[in-house]
Amino acid sequence: MTGEIASTTALPTPEREPKNYLNAAWTVRSWLLTVDHKRIGLLYLAGITFFFLLGGAAAALFRLELMTPQSDLMESETYNKLFTLHGIIMIFFFLVPGIPGVLGNFLIPIMIGARDMAFPKLNLMSWYLFMIGGCFTLYVTVAGGVDTGWTFYTPYSSTYSNTYVMATAVGIFITGFSSILTGLNFIVTVHKMRCPGMTWFRLPLFVWANYATALIMVLGTPVLAITILLVALERGLKIGIFDPRLGGDPVLFQHLFWFYSHPAVYIMVLPAMGVISELVAAFSRNRVFGYKLVAFASLAIAVLGFLVWGHHMFVSGQSLYAGMVFSVLSMLIAIPSAIKVFNWTLTLWRGEVTFNTPLLYAIGFLGLFTIGGLTGLFLATLGIDVHVHDTYFVVAHFHYVMVGGTVMAYLGGIHYWWPKMTGRMYPEGWARFSAVLVFVGFNLTFFPQFILGYLGMPRRYHVYDEGFQILNVMSTAGASILGIAYLFPITYLIWSLKYGPKASANPWNAVGLEWMTSSPPPTENFTETPVVDFEAYEYHRNPADRHG
Amino acid sequence: MNTEFQIFPDAASTAAGKVDALYLFMVVLSAVLSVFVAGLVTYLAIRYRRANNVNREHVDHGNTIEYIAMAVSFPILMAIFVWGAKVCFFLFRAPEQAMPITVVAKQWMWKFQHADGRREIDTLHIPTGQPVKLTMVSQDVIHSFFVPAFRTKQDVLPGRYTSVWFEATEPGEYRLYCAEYCGTNHSRMIGRVIVQSPDDFARWMSGDAASDEPPAETGRKLFEQYQCGTCHRPANEEGARGPTLENLFQSRVPLAGGQTVAADETYIRESILRPAQKQVAGYQQIMPTYEGQISEEGVMHLIAYIKTLGAPLAAKREEPNTPVPTTEPAAAEPAAEPAAPATADNAANESEGNTP
Repeated sequence: MTGEIASTTALPTPEREPKNYLNAAWTVRSWLLTVDHKRIGLLYLAGITFFFLLGGAAAALFRLELMTPQSDLMESETYNKLFTLHGIIMIFFFLVPGIPGVLGNFLIPIMIGARDMAFPKLNLMSWYLFMIGGCFTLYVTVAGGVDTGWTFYTPYSSTYSNTYVMATAVGIFITGFSSILTGLNFIVTVHKMRCPGMTWFRLPLFVWANYATALIMVLGTPVLAITILLVALERGLKIGIFDPRLGGDPVLFQHLFWFYSHPAVYIMVLPAMGVISELVAAFSRNRVFGYKLVAFASLAIAVLGFLVWGHHMFVSGQSLYAGMVFSVLSMLIAIPSAIKVFNWTLTLWRGEVTFNTPLLYAIGFLGLFTIGGLTGLFLATLGIDVHVHDTYFVVAHFHYVMVGGTVMAYLGGIHYWWPKMTGRMYPEGWARFSAVLVFVGFNLTFFPQFILGYLGMPRRYHVYDEGFQILNVMSTAGASILGIAYLFPITYLIWSLKYGPKASANPWNAVGLEWMTSSPPPTENFTETPVVDFEAYEYHRNPADRHG
Repeated sequence: MNTEFQIFPDAASTAAGKVDALYLFMVVLSAVLSVFVAGLVTYLAIRYRRANNVNREHVDHGNTIEYIAMAVSFPILMAIFVWGAKVCFFLFRAPEQAMPITVVAKQWMWKFQHADGRREIDTLHIPTGQPVKLTMVSQDVIHSFFVPAFRTKQDVLPGRYTSVWFEATEPGEYRLYCAEYCGTNHSRMIGRVIVQSPDDFARWMSGDAASDEPPAETGRKLFEQYQCGTCHRPANEEGARGPTLENLFQSRVPLAGGQTVAADETYIRESILRPAQKQVAGYQQIMPTYEGQISEEGVMHLIAYIKTLGAPLAAKREEPNTPVPTTEPAAAEPAAEPAAPATADNAANESEGNTP
């Protein structure tokens, strides 16, 4: 349907075992020292899947413990270490590096018609830093754990906790540099490596979203690194920064921490939004509704995201007037997010919708992210936040955004680009079933937590009042379904590597440069540099192509 | 208390109705929007599925729809903000006549003291129909005072006072939680608030439980023990090396740097523990630090006493320049020599849990 594009006609080798990035070399060394962005993407995929399973296992254990109000399976020390481990791994080693590391690395150069990232070796170094940071976290897990919560609130973390805070801090500090370097690489790549004709407003929205994410990574992550360093200085050298006994201010830590960690929410969710734009466009065969506004909404979210950190601190002793400013700004950030949801929805309008697995995930995302976003408004509203702050309402809210949003998008994206990444198709029936199961399990796990939160069950509670039990049992039941639902894709995707049908260059009949090269792509992505003379998502260039 | 299954919490304070109204409004708004989005997605996905033969004519619509959506959502968001801020002001602005109670939190315990000196641990008795204001501080890490039935919450910080107030409406027993993760037994740092009718509360207050000393009285004794009056003399006496403490509370204090500071509980606490931090204009920095010498409760007692030093004058605000003879005991018996800070064993009673 996009036959007039120069590069497709120029593809020299047709589909018979051509050299590609996977069969270019088979040695372990060729993987561990690769500078190919696609292989690095797969390295990230391996690392991230491992950490996702580890973080998920921690969640499975503490959800089991929460079946009953009393302490049965474990002591409070263990419980506290498990939820800390879950938070640290899922945030710093899965959600933050997840979509940028796997899909961003794999796709951005291809989507903009480049041969690789601007700095391929730096890209590999990012992965090594990520893994070294991960090793520290693994060491902490094996050595005895850390019990500060992923938020490391002082002075508990800097003075009182006698667990492995320092090693954890070092791990996150190192991983932070992985994030910074990835962000730097994305920014330079998008600025400098676009192929001829690929103007800014012809970029796929996935690239826009990752570009916005990269800005946050580069500007926000150093603040986290500094904050962690300060905690380490206080803990190791007793330099008073946060502990009032040493003359410090504990709330200062919260300001510094959330100055990174709120934007980090957007590091986690913006790339997911980018994925959703691609999925909705491809499976409704339509240009994303209001393309430019969706692109600008990503930037608006990235910028506003830096100005709302104080909404985590409405009851921390922050002034009421500061709280009001942060409340207003948090309300405003709802606007670009809402615009995006409406634009994805309206992309279906006059489209040609096929219900493949990626679209099921995208539709799931729309529902769950909407609830996540709306409950975010509850939390931005001062009068409600005072009551629900630090309760399960908050837990439910950010899981709707992070799991209902980011993980759904990640899984949808993995399915969508799986043929491109591996050259194999996944089994559609199993995949659809799993997508529905994820949706059901997710809602059963986290919806009851909204009710628990308003009832007043505080988060991070190992033992709780009997009145909360029924809702907790529901949540645990849902988590069991969700856990199993996550194991399906891992199983059948690995299965498909050997037994899946071979994928054509463009199995979805989608537009975009990544579908104009073979599956899997050659090491250099394109046999000759593509020249772009079409807009993003140009499904309507020629009315005759509409049904073709 | 939460012993049976509920889906909505008990409501037992004047704030509860206000918070619930706003919450229910948000629930309805969110439900409407969620159903709208879900309905629209379902409708569009099914109507425009590939098999359906429908009009797929591409129309360039511009961005009108988005701009309309922004124009509609902005005032709604601002209305929610204003409503939320109003509720929040109600939650955090204590009425003047609120009954004062002090709270010291530590891992993993809540310690309360009523104005008449009565102490409680992990249980707090309060009457209905009477605003209660808690002034809170932590001895170690950050905790958070949370009573779901009152719909309010406030972090309890080390090194700084925070406060929270509420007016209970329904007698009963309500759960108190620590809401800020504070270490191993965080989930066991719970207590109960027992709300009684004013009569029952009065009976409880006059009950035969050990009659504790009023905080201001304990504070007066500490004031003497530490010989604070050596330097902090009444305003009309000569030779005071420290600023007078009469009428200090709630006044504005000029600092050496030229600024002024409001003398609230947090300021007085800081000036006792770290006197060099905010030096009063016109005085030398000669006061030693009492950090680690006086417990958080002790500091609260001193503050309670210092507040009474303002009392005789408060009635005569209209003639602030007239020196008024004071009858305060501390002023009546100034010590001859400036005292070094008492050692920890001098204040054994007061320094529990406060290892330097």
